[in-house]
Amino acid sequence: MTQRIPVAVTVNGTTHRREVEPRLLLSDFIRHELGLTGTHVGCEHGVCGACTIRLDGAAVRSCLIFAVQADGHAISTVEGLAPERGRLSVLQQAFQDAHGLQCGYCTPGILMTVSAFLEDNPQPSEAEVRHALSGNLCRCTGYQHIVDAVLLAAQRLREAG
Amino acid sequence: MKPAPFEWHAPASVAEALELKARHGDDARFLAGGQSLVPAMNFRVAQPAVLVDLNRVAGLDAIAHGADGSLAIGAMTRNARIERDAAAAHSHPILAEALHEVAHPQIRNRGTLGGNLSHADPASEMPAVMLALQASFLLRSRRGERAVEAARFFLGPLATALAPDEMLAEIRIPPLPARTGTAFLEVARRRGDYAMMGVAAVVTLDAGGVCTAARLACCSAGPTPMGAPRAAATLVGTRLTENDMTAAAALLREEVDPMGSVQASPAYQRHLAGVVATRALRLARGRAA
Repeated sequence: MTQRIPVAVTVNGTTHRREVEPRLLLSDFIRHELGLTGTHVGCEHGVCGACTIRLDGAAVRSCLIFAVQADGHAISTVEGLAPERGRLSVLQQAFQDAHGLQCGYCTPGILMTVSAFLEDNPQPSEAEVRHALSGNLCRCTGYQHIVDAVLLAAQRLREAG
Repeated sequence: MKPAPFEWHAPASVAEALELKARHGDDARFLAGGQSLVPAMNFRVAQPAVLVDLNRVAGLDAIAHGADGSLAIGAMTRNARIERDAAAAHSHPILAEALHEVAHPQIRNRGTLGGNLSHADPASEMPAVMLALQASFLLRSRRGERAVEAARFFLGPLATALAPDEMLAEIRIPPLPARTGTAFLEVARRRGDYAMMGVAAVVTLDAGGVCTAARLACCSAGPTPMGAPRAAATLVGTRLTENDMTAAAALLREEVDPMGSVQASPAYQRHLAGVVATRALRLARGRAA
């Protein structure tokens, strides 16, 4: 008999209740149970960073957490970044303006990583940005435009106060 | 890439967790941060029948600063928290320096020190740092508790002194004497990758600049974190000149036993061990003065 565990997880401000098997990864819970397919799944062993979300504010790999462990916790995903439908956040806009993406597969993970990073470090150096991005793989291109986008976002966020 | 089915328990207390582990023995694994165990489960390299999840256990994530400069770190303390702990950075700056090299920020946000040490990956930084700091580990089971020195804890790749019913509960790090300098350095192909070689160095000088104690330990240098006691012993009584450090590094190269990987041959790792040890000693000496 498969064990099924009731969970209540708050995602982008909305609490979702489900009954799940313990082995269900949080990444699959977000995508398959909640239909929030902005969180991407790449390697499923914690290397690529595509599935990065924020758990109680901290950027983490959702493929390395079981959904049952998120019970009672608050998660934010890429769908929660934009302030309203049709309007991008400052960070997202900077990625568009600086051409910080090509195919976009890695982008949601990078945005979640960087959204946490810029809260901790609003005035990062380029080296610090590169370190912050080290856990997110982009296979389209170099990282230069991504770094540019993060620095642009940091500047705009500072100017906006 | 999905884990095999398992039975999941999320106890609220250490006693309850130990009871579960005693009942299930080797069929059960403790789940700490999950940053090594869950990838292994996703690959199905690990297929534990039972997971005892420690993330809801109270009282395992404190960082206690002793008045004497010692540290006691609960096993479930997240690595990112230790990295940011100002008092720990003051008493044992090598912790944050080495943690900065441990995987990536997202992994450190979730991964715990106790989980990292219990996993006992010989390529991991923190086991080597614990050797160099002469840490001891508090192991608890339903039968009682015992303290095991880091030097006796790591038995081989992914093998430790933990019995099937035991949990690593706390990491105890003694104070560093006055005029002690520490350094952790590593060489990796990319930031966050496993090091091809990493060295932790701890040196203590007397008021006249003579070395009174030295410890060296390496990661990715053998089946366990590898201390280099003979190399360290040659430094005691010297003024840590370039010649002294070069001589110690030459000995250290003989004391390590690197296994080689797709990235680096054992001979290259041995070469790196000497280079990185010299650099780490130079840094530690500067910080001790």
